[in-house]
Amino acid sequence: MNNSLVVVVIASGVLFGTPLLYAALGELLAERSGVLNLGVEGMMLMGAVTGFWTVERVHAARPLVLAAAVGVAALAGAAMAAIHAFLVITLRANQIVSGLALTIFAGAAGLSSYLGNDLHLSGKPARYQFQEIFPKSLRDLPIVGPVIFGQPLLVYASWACVVLVALYLSRTRVGLNVRAVGESPAAADAMGVSVPRYRYAHTLVGGAFAGIGGATFSLSITPQWVDGLTEGAGWIAIALVIFSFWRPTLCLVGAYFFGAFKALPFALQGHGVTVAPELFQTLPYVATIIALVLVSSRAARLRFGAPAALGLPYAREER
Amino acid sequence: MKKRRFALGLPFVLAAALILALGVSNGSARTQKHSAAIKAAWIYVGPHNDGGWSQSHDKGRLYVQSKLGSDVQTTFKENVPEGPQVAQVIEGLIRDGNKIIFATSFGFQGAMVAAAKKHPDVKFEMATGTAQSKNMAEYFGAGEDAIYLSGMAAGAATKKGVIGYVVPFAIPEVIRHANAFALGAQAMHPGVKVRLIWTNSWFSPDKETQAAQSLHTAGSDVLGQNVDSPAAGQYAEKKGIPWVGYDSDARKFAPKQWLTAAIYNWGPYYLRKTKAAMGGTWKTNFYYGNLKDKMVGLAPYGPKVTAKTKKAIATKRAALIKGTFYEFAGPLYDQKGKLRVPKGKRMSVKDLYGMTWLVKGVVGSAKG
Repeated sequence: MNNSLVVVVIASGVLFGTPLLYAALGELLAERSGVLNLGVEGMMLMGAVTGFWTVERVHAARPLVLAAAVGVAALAGAAMAAIHAFLVITLRANQIVSGLALTIFAGAAGLSSYLGNDLHLSGKPARYQFQEIFPKSLRDLPIVGPVIFGQPLLVYASWACVVLVALYLSRTRVGLNVRAVGESPAAADAMGVSVPRYRYAHTLVGGAFAGIGGATFSLSITPQWVDGLTEGAGWIAIALVIFSFWRPTLCLVGAYFFGAFKALPFALQGHGVTVAPELFQTLPYVATIIALVLVSSRAARLRFGAPAALGLPYAREER
Repeated sequence: MKKRRFALGLPFVLAAALILALGVSNGSARTQKHSAAIKAAWIYVGPHNDGGWSQSHDKGRLYVQSKLGSDVQTTFKENVPEGPQVAQVIEGLIRDGNKIIFATSFGFQGAMVAAAKKHPDVKFEMATGTAQSKNMAEYFGAGEDAIYLSGMAAGAATKKGVIGYVVPFAIPEVIRHANAFALGAQAMHPGVKVRLIWTNSWFSPDKETQAAQSLHTAGSDVLGQNVDSPAAGQYAEKKGIPWVGYDSDARKFAPKQWLTAAIYNWGPYYLRKTKAAMGGTWKTNFYYGNLKDKMVGLAPYGPKVTAKTKKAIATKRAALIKGTFYEFAGPLYDQKGKLRVPKGKRMSVKDLYGMTWLVKGVVGSAKG
């Protein structure tokens, strides 16, 4: 039963969707404050490489090392996001150009790869990795066993993050301010909300989430470091934010959908069904391109519920 | 105001782009610098330290560097996709003065052929291909012989009689490797099934993990692979099922579950050909190394391989070297049970290079 096609695809959809979920939640926070950050892939790779480095170099008890690794990955992601924040918030540079530059700078042939080479991180397994936390008896339960109980800690932590982000945006005063900053920065400014401060904070937190998403690869899913380990997950995460209409709960559904979609061709092959694998492997990216095209027109963006000021620099004296 | 601010930000973006450009050239090529030495270059499809295929070639490069010292200046380009970029990479290497170029992935062949025509003064060396010309040599090792032996280890380890095999692309090289693996497994465990999952990528830890998971949940209790990353091994270690690697000794990724792997030793060939290029004696060839000349071999065994299995493998290995045994000798049947190679007939290397059918007992499509 637990080895049936449907259960396997859903269970791996959850696991492989988790890095997408973290990264998309982060991007959602930044975008809700009006900052589009296309540097997600780069930030994820920085999180992946620094998280792996921490696990290699810190000698302590396993839980401590893993906690430190996630923390370092989050910091690395935030540090990368800070570059973007400085360029687009303080200097008001074009957000798309800056985000792309960030991905290329930190990405598969950039800083993350340099660090991986320089710190000799390739060609070895992670010393510690996140493993399933529930006992085997629970993991062997039909259906819920592999889907719910058979996951590493990072999966459960991501659920908590979804709830927290959703509550934060919809139920708290500060969350309301964030939305105001993203929808109408001038009005927020008039209310006495500091637009740059809010945008900095959420871009940085967004980067931290992306970093954790990257570390999900290097500490759990594929516990090793190679250049470009995330294989384009950052781009899918950006599309995911659009697909989820900027709602955290829909992000979760979308992430698992994309995750399951990635697992499907392999699961089908395992059950003797061969569907042109190129097709399956391309579709998530095709969907990503379509989403990015859609969102690049301002009118379409507003119809899909995008923050009205997304991508626009804010200067108090202009009106 | 707005425009000026933007103009202010632009230099920063450009600066970032510049740093990136430097980063690329830094990250993708490392050169051991010496003056007045022959320049030799290697092109890898994955990272030079992928723990698999590309790393085995890079070990060969380092061997050349250490043997020839300051007489040679070696370079490599890593993560080169099998696409239009290859031609640019080759052109760049020639412009940098490289006189001999080793391309180590099948998908580089088209660009190598074109470059060989254009640059008759440069020596081209193409691994795993077939397009030989005056200034382009082909080389490979009979990986299938070693893979057959590693398949024996897998066959001895399976209890359910189902082995999962992660495969990259449906090309003759991979098909004959999968066939050799299955034949080896069948020698130890008659009737064993080898189930294939194609990843359509030489190196992708992500996809290989998913393929391994899918094979395991579909009933395989031993995993093997013809792809380059050790990701399937990490999955096997986690799930407690034995694993046969490919093309590098990757024991440390699965210390408990590691059985063995077919490995390549390119160093001596690289040294010989680089020396020949230096001395002006370089000649084209179609070199097919084997267990005897040690271009192919088996990695050390893991703890799960029994003494009995080791003995059986050693016997077969000796027979392969002596020529009294050959895995691709008839009778061989395809997946549907049709006789493809009659009794008493042996497949030639040319036959192997054109093999597009899977042997009996392999479950999966030969078309990827």
